[in-house]
Amino acid sequence: MTATDLREGTAARPATRPPRAFWTIPRRDALVGYLMISPQLAGSVLFVLLPLGLVGYYSLQEWNVLAGTFEFVGGENYAKLLADPNLGQVLTSTALFSAGLVVLNLALALTLAVLLDQKLRGTTFFRTLFFSPVLVSLVAWTIVWQFLLQQDGGVNGLLGLAGVDGPNWLRGESTALLSVVVVQVVKNVGLNMVLFLAALQGVPRQLYEAAQLDGAGAWTRFLRITVPQISPTILLTSIITVVGSLQVFAQIAVLTQGGPGLSTTVLVYYLYQQAFQFRHLGYGATLSVLLFLIVAALTLLQWRLRRKWVFHES
Amino acid sequence: MSRRVKLALYAVLSALCVPFVFPTWWMVTSSVKPISDIFAFPPALVPTRFDFSTYARVFELQPFGQQYLNSLYIAAVVTAGTMAVAAMAGYAFARIRFPGQNVLFLVVLVGLLIPSEVTIVPLFQLFHTAGLTDTHWPLILVPILGAPSVLATFIMRQFFITLPGELEEAARVDGLGRFGTFCRVALPLARPALGAVAIFTFLHSWNLYLEPIVFLSTPSKFTLPQALTQFVDAYGSPLWNVQLSAATMTALPILVVFVLAQRQFIEGLAHTGLKG
Repeated sequence: MTATDLREGTAARPATRPPRAFWTIPRRDALVGYLMISPQLAGSVLFVLLPLGLVGYYSLQEWNVLAGTFEFVGGENYAKLLADPNLGQVLTSTALFSAGLVVLNLALALTLAVLLDQKLRGTTFFRTLFFSPVLVSLVAWTIVWQFLLQQDGGVNGLLGLAGVDGPNWLRGESTALLSVVVVQVVKNVGLNMVLFLAALQGVPRQLYEAAQLDGAGAWTRFLRITVPQISPTILLTSIITVVGSLQVFAQIAVLTQGGPGLSTTVLVYYLYQQAFQFRHLGYGATLSVLLFLIVAALTLLQWRLRRKWVFHES
Repeated sequence: MSRRVKLALYAVLSALCVPFVFPTWWMVTSSVKPISDIFAFPPALVPTRFDFSTYARVFELQPFGQQYLNSLYIAAVVTAGTMAVAAMAGYAFARIRFPGQNVLFLVVLVGLLIPSEVTIVPLFQLFHTAGLTDTHWPLILVPILGAPSVLATFIMRQFFITLPGELEEAARVDGLGRFGTFCRVALPLARPALGAVAIFTFLHSWNLYLEPIVFLSTPSKFTLPQALTQFVDAYGSPLWNVQLSAATMTALPILVVFVLAQRQFIEGLAHTGLKG
């Protein structure tokens, strides 16, 4: 096609609305913008917002998977939820698990970060070691710990070398929950450690020097300077860790199957059992609504507390 | 810092390392021990006798090669797809002005606050109705387009916001359109952020467990995390030596790759985490 053909083609269109005038640069930009966000936007609508709406709708139904039929049951699933004899224990296990995980994870992450922030040779090497479990595939990691935590497993073997007779970790009411928490903390604490390390490196050195001149000890400097200075990161990691703790599933499915009793049956595991093992999808949806409300409430609470905790906003 | 303080620090760090390093070491060494040595007391930290036969049994008991391939290709497709979707959306939200932008960004952001476990029942029903259960589609489509990619979009947007505007103006003067500017100018500069997104996404897909066990029922379609738990005897007790061999094959390649590239990885992660 020659340049003349092109010009003739343009001239053939109605002269009142030449395409150039309509497709101004801002309009073209806007169109490109819409096109570029459209996959993510469509995905958010189809796979996040629609299911979120449906979960409320399905919690009012009983869905028979085999027959493929829906039956409207109104508030029946919610009445069942309130009367569920397991719910109290499930929520207690969930709360204990989350609280234990968050406290242990943040404390250990901060300790490791402070230790590795010292001027010391080989910190990169140690950083890699502490971080390495993050990269081990989750179920592989969990299987190894299941193996280690058996009655005659490696942990008790090591304890035996020290002359201590270890318990059957995963079968004891009190040790099972602790075991799952520890396995999860060791797996993922490296992520928070890295975030804390980056935050620590951003604290101005002059603050420490000034405090030292004023006679502040190491502990005082940590509490009065380090903690306030890195508080935005503490808030960020605590939100990530709390929400993450409510999502833990594979570890529990592999390590304890929620037992012994309901001592490690956290809400997500209970939801899975009800919906996909016992095929009570309607009740599963009701438990999903409960999970959603808990996550939303916690996120909101942390956001509110932001002003008290956070020394400065970056 | 005095010598004694340094020594004490090394001692503390080394002691703290044990629970982080020991399990992986134990997994790899036990996978090559004869079964009788696995439960030996006291435990041997270094294997004295070797038995590689369990590695063969992994493939006899399950279509493990196929399952490995499933996990690899799903993670690869999800990673590439998420990078494309998140880079485009992140760029548009950061640098292009269009009506309704803020509202649409909020709509997308909801995905950050909703754990995928909340929506698993309706998602199962949606895919069941569409006849797509026991296929890999849910494990591919939901991560690329749904809640998991929202975090990636957010990370990319935070990165693109920091790009200096002059670069784009120069590209525009040179006659590039918006999409051309994105491809030729912004995307090459975004390599660190894209790298972090890629690693995050790959690991997320590689570790996915709830979704595969909800959606898949045919062993040849299983992914690795799901397959790992299936090495059990007739009574449902784990075949430890086989499980540990399979776990080693699942964990070790990824671990080796990332330990080699750990510097870029950890720095990229810390960088992105702070900007977020």
